[in-house]
Amino acid sequence: MRADLKIIRSETAAPPQQEESLVGRIPTEKLLIIIPAYNEADRIGAVLDDIQREAPKIPILVINDGSRDATAEVARQHGAEVITLPYNNGYGVALQTGFRYALQQGVTVAVSMDADGQHDAREIPRLIHEIQKGGIDVVVGSRFLNSKTYRPSPLRRMGMLLFGLLATVCTGRRVTDPTSGFQALRGRALRLAASDLYPPDYPDADFLILLHKCGITVREVPVKMRPSPDNKSMHGGSKSVYYVFKMLLSIFVVLLRQKPERF
Amino acid sequence: MPPRIQIISILICIFLLAYVFELVRRRYLNEEYSVTWLVTGVMMLVLSISDELLQYISNLVGATLYTSTLFFFGMLFLVVICLHFSIRISALTNQVRTLTQDIGILYQERESLRKEIAKSKNESETSGVENL
Repeated sequence: MRADLKIIRSETAAPPQQEESLVGRIPTEKLLIIIPAYNEADRIGAVLDDIQREAPKIPILVINDGSRDATAEVARQHGAEVITLPYNNGYGVALQTGFRYALQQGVTVAVSMDADGQHDAREIPRLIHEIQKGGIDVVVGSRFLNSKTYRPSPLRRMGMLLFGLLATVCTGRRVTDPTSGFQALRGRALRLAASDLYPPDYPDADFLILLHKCGITVREVPVKMRPSPDNKSMHGGSKSVYYVFKMLLSIFVVLLRQKPERF
Repeated sequence: MPPRIQIISILICIFLLAYVFELVRRRYLNEEYSVTWLVTGVMMLVLSISDELLQYISNLVGATLYTSTLFFFGMLFLVVICLHFSIRISALTNQVRTLTQDIGILYQERESLRKEIAKSKNESETSGVENL
């Protein structure tokens, strides 16, 4: 058994370095695409194929958030690593699992995407390129920056405007799309997202304000997004009232809190 | 305070205290969680027994009826207990969340290790065949 393990160690130690130089523009870069998925078996296959076509050789991690369908199997068949959570935890928790895994694996740049095909895989290289320019630890793909194609429902639009405005006021930088799950994180931002300071249910304007408090620079880049296929939203119906209230409270306490010392 | 309500109140307090002790003794209730209940029981018992203290506090808070002072403090203790539980639940929720994430990550690592072991076994078997 000992001998077996030794063989594995020596085998696994060598190949990743070769791959790294192929993957990133900078040889030491280790990338990972993180996709939280809940009951997305119908769509995740196409999403993964898109990513592999547009951003080949970047490892993909799907967080199967307690799905009741075949999300995990489909994702594995399409070449992704899969972490399965034993029950449904919600978007933020699933995403954070990915960030924590990324840190443990020594990933330097993590890109988060949605599993429903909303985010265009063609924009991934742009996000990565932008974050590799240096000086920035978070790049957010914004639907609204220089774009007129994305049209959410009036109520949703109002909520996004409100929180965008709040985030803009609090961070002193223009924030147009605080709810965007299409982000690239590195360095301190990645460590912050993997820590217990990360807002667990839906990271939104509160996380952007927290990043600003920690002195981490966030940049928005315009991306094209497709409308969510069946217009299924994470914050819909009666939950949206709770969501707005929770987010206002969350922003308020983030502003009240001292700057976390660790970051 | 009317003697009847006083007796009932004292009996309830004694019952509560005895019951909490019994639960702790049988390990149905952790010591940690029993403390707030015991404090509440003792406070209410003291208020129920001591007429002077109840009078004094009623005057202090401006209650016209001594029984309402009793109810008021009963409510107050319950609110404190509920708040305490909310804090505990929050802590537990955070712990469960971290554990869930860790379990997910560990399962994934176990699977990938299994694959690697199977792969290396296959490779060593095939290389063994070649050597023969």
